[in-house]
Amino acid sequence: MKQVILLFGRTGLNFFVHFYRVCAYLGAAVGQLRYLHFYRRQIIEQMYRLGIGSIPLVMALSLFTGLATAIQTAYQIAAYIPKYIVGSIVFQSEMLELAPTLMALVLAGRVGAVIASEIGTMKVSEQIDALDSMGVDPIGYLVMPRLITGVTMFPIIIIFAVVVAVTGGFYVATTMMGVTAADFVRGMKEAFRFKDVWVGLIKATIYGAIITLLGSYMGMETEQGAKGVGVAATATVVSSSSFILIMDYVITRTLLKFY
Amino acid sequence: MIEFKDVHKAFDNKQVLRGINLTVQEGELMSILGPSGGGKSVTLKHIIGILKPDRGEIWVDGQLVPKLSRSELQELRKRFGVLFQSAALFDSMSVKENVAFTLRMHTKMTEKEIDYRVAECLEQVELAGVEKLDPDELSGGMRKRVGLARAIAMKPDYILYDEPTTGLDPKTAIIIGELIARLQKNLKITSVVVTHDVKLACGISDRIALFHEGKVAAVGAPEEISKGDGEMIRKFMEGQL
Repeated sequence: MKQVILLFGRTGLNFFVHFYRVCAYLGAAVGQLRYLHFYRRQIIEQMYRLGIGSIPLVMALSLFTGLATAIQTAYQIAAYIPKYIVGSIVFQSEMLELAPTLMALVLAGRVGAVIASEIGTMKVSEQIDALDSMGVDPIGYLVMPRLITGVTMFPIIIIFAVVVAVTGGFYVATTMMGVTAADFVRGMKEAFRFKDVWVGLIKATIYGAIITLLGSYMGMETEQGAKGVGVAATATVVSSSSFILIMDYVITRTLLKFY
Repeated sequence: MIEFKDVHKAFDNKQVLRGINLTVQEGELMSILGPSGGGKSVTLKHIIGILKPDRGEIWVDGQLVPKLSRSELQELRKRFGVLFQSAALFDSMSVKENVAFTLRMHTKMTEKEIDYRVAECLEQVELAGVEKLDPDELSGGMRKRVGLARAIAMKPDYILYDEPTTGLDPKTAIIIGELIARLQKNLKITSVVVTHDVKLACGISDRIALFHEGKVAAVGAPEEISKGDGEMIRKFMEGQL
């Protein structure tokens, strides 16, 4: 029993230590925003690599979420509810939940792991010490551009995801599930609220910050060579996925509470 | 001038430096010689503030390094070139981008001026024409030389070498040693070389500091260290240090 209590205590303490350090990295990265012009090349490069480079994968996967949502909705409402509801549910589910949250989980794997392994490799091969020794702040050069990429590019990626998913849903609903195009569009129009768009985009922004910040933190704290790089990449995917799901509840509850 | 005054440093209860007192004069090439794990690289990292001492002072040209603010440290570091043990080249960049890195970050040089300076630095390390290669296309010796070209790109006042010949074959190690000596002569800078290569230290240094158990056991010209009573260097070479 004593050992179980000790284990929980140690885990809890570790969590707060890491949380504090991540907050410190966030603070340091925000502090580097005043040198935005200095790191503009790195910011553009990361936006292209991690942001634009993720769009094809996200579009391909979100197409399938749209297809599945439309089929499942049409199946569930069966004969009891008007069919135009399919359009409403596909749009709202994608905008509020599926596109931001599911795609964030995908991006935790694609972007978070890449960031952790890149920075981790730099750490164990003394490249971060080299940056420091050349008078270049590693937080400004490595972390801040990735964080900016997360908070600016992820909402854009999610817009692409929603458009593709809804188009896929429209296609499958009108060709396979007996919903007319006019009904689908009517359902979407009736369900459309700007607040939903904002909530989806706010989620994407926060998830983008979580993934890029945790990836950078795990990378910067990497130790023990190649093994450590693997550990950092895995820890990034696990921790950012967990935080995304926790924050999904927190944001949904906070922003939709008064609906 | 670089000055260590009673510098102590420990990592997780392991005492690495136990009161280092050492002065590196302006324009000299000082080698820090000692066994692996003896705190040589840790000493080097203290000079540019990558590590902070638990106790003691490190002075560089009248500036107390551990007390400098982050921005003051960044400014100080611009006056240093560092050659890391692994060369620490940025593997996502070409040779040219590596050498041009600090020029792009810290100067307002035009692309043409940067190209010229990069070519000049690569020529000084006898690697002219490799600008377009990637680090993974280079041999160990070439990586060290590119690292050296990157270290001298900003025309530093100081160059710090961390185990410059480790991992190299004897012939390449000699070439790197000759290169360090030639750069020292041509650029008239202050250099600190951390090494466990006795031949290199005796061949290129103005003075050698012999480290033993986290302290400076002896300091002097190579001939004093190796020929005088020679006890320390004999012990080091026989693995007794």
